[in-house]
Amino acid sequence: METEVRLTKLASCAGCGAKVGAGTLCQLLEGFQTHTDPNLIVGYDRSDDASVYVVSEHQAIVQTTDFFPPIVDDPFLFGQIAAANAISDVYAMGGEPKLALNLMCVADSMDDVTVREILRGGYSKAYEAGVIISGGHTIHGAEPIYGLAVTGFVDPTKVLTNAGARPGDVLILTKKLGVGILTTAGKADIGLVSEDLMQRLQLQMATLNKAARDVMVKYPVHGCTDVTGFSLMGHSYEMAQGSGCTLHIQTDRVPFHPEATEMAEMGFIPAGAYRNREYAGRNVCVAGNVTRAMQDILYDPQTSGGLLISVPREAGERMLEEMHNEVPDAAMIGYVTEKEDADIVLE
Amino acid sequence: MERVDARGLSCPEPVILTRKALLGGAKEYEVLVDNVTSRENVTRFAEHAGYTVTVTEAGGEYTLSLKK
Repeated sequence: METEVRLTKLASCAGCGAKVGAGTLCQLLEGFQTHTDPNLIVGYDRSDDASVYVVSEHQAIVQTTDFFPPIVDDPFLFGQIAAANAISDVYAMGGEPKLALNLMCVADSMDDVTVREILRGGYSKAYEAGVIISGGHTIHGAEPIYGLAVTGFVDPTKVLTNAGARPGDVLILTKKLGVGILTTAGKADIGLVSEDLMQRLQLQMATLNKAARDVMVKYPVHGCTDVTGFSLMGHSYEMAQGSGCTLHIQTDRVPFHPEATEMAEMGFIPAGAYRNREYAGRNVCVAGNVTRAMQDILYDPQTSGGLLISVPREAGERMLEEMHNEVPDAAMIGYVTEKEDADIVLE
Repeated sequence: MERVDARGLSCPEPVILTRKALLGGAKEYEVLVDNVTSRENVTRFAEHAGYTVTVTEAGGEYTLSLKK
């Protein structure tokens, strides 16, 4: 649906590109007093997607939140994408999302129809995920913002974190990269991104990681995270650090939208990509012939990106086969070794 | 030499301004930016358009000299 307000024009940065850099975040959180609780099995101390609190032998609560300014002009799609992105953190922990609260900021220039469309988008994705939106909080502000605080459940013995990767694992990525670069190029409004491509990007961003998660949990997965604002490289770096391993990324296997290459060469790269490079780049060894444009794609912040899964090779191959129908972009993109000098090796 | 002042702008505006200027087809340009993202993006754009880029920094601002 077209509305008069162009949502992306109201935002100074788009989608997950608005995320504060991971390095900055670590500094901001340093030194605060917090309670320790043995039931909090994933929390503050690791840079993970959500916190996990054990409530009984078989049940733990997964809690997370995510929100951002519009990445697309269509308010319904923006709502869908923001909701899919917020819910994804629960999937990345291997959990099942259950409850959610709306988090919303309404700019003065937005009419009621636009606001309602954003919410309708959010509710539609929540419904698809089996999530009940049970309330929320809406404020007025300079820029539109939408997202969810999501609560889910997981068996405490089956929690997946980004710290579980082990040598011998393979890495599987379930969505294509390049979303940040292409939406930045689209924002330039000079006809660089076709309508058809924009629709494919929007559809990908609005796709829940539910199908990937539902297949993943059937296999002996060691570690998982979702690839969002910190890019494949940033999230791989956190996985490598958390797991005490080195991640080898076979760049010729990484799924990405091919149109992103030329847009990267033309300099349509979001600021977040450079922040990501600063955060993770020092610990990266470029072993193969990896072009600058490909590296830019690897550092590109993704909005509602796919899952990055670390799983033993044999199980990974079977998992990929099972994912094939419902998650067609899923690909094996690398492998895990004992800790080497670099945290990530690009091959 | 034509000058593009893209200070105070965020991505992708500096690239769009540079692109507009380069349509003029001159052999040399000077582009002013004030952040790393713009420096990197304008450099990529100019190189893609066949220019060589030299960067000088002063007080947090960057002057990009484009030559063909």
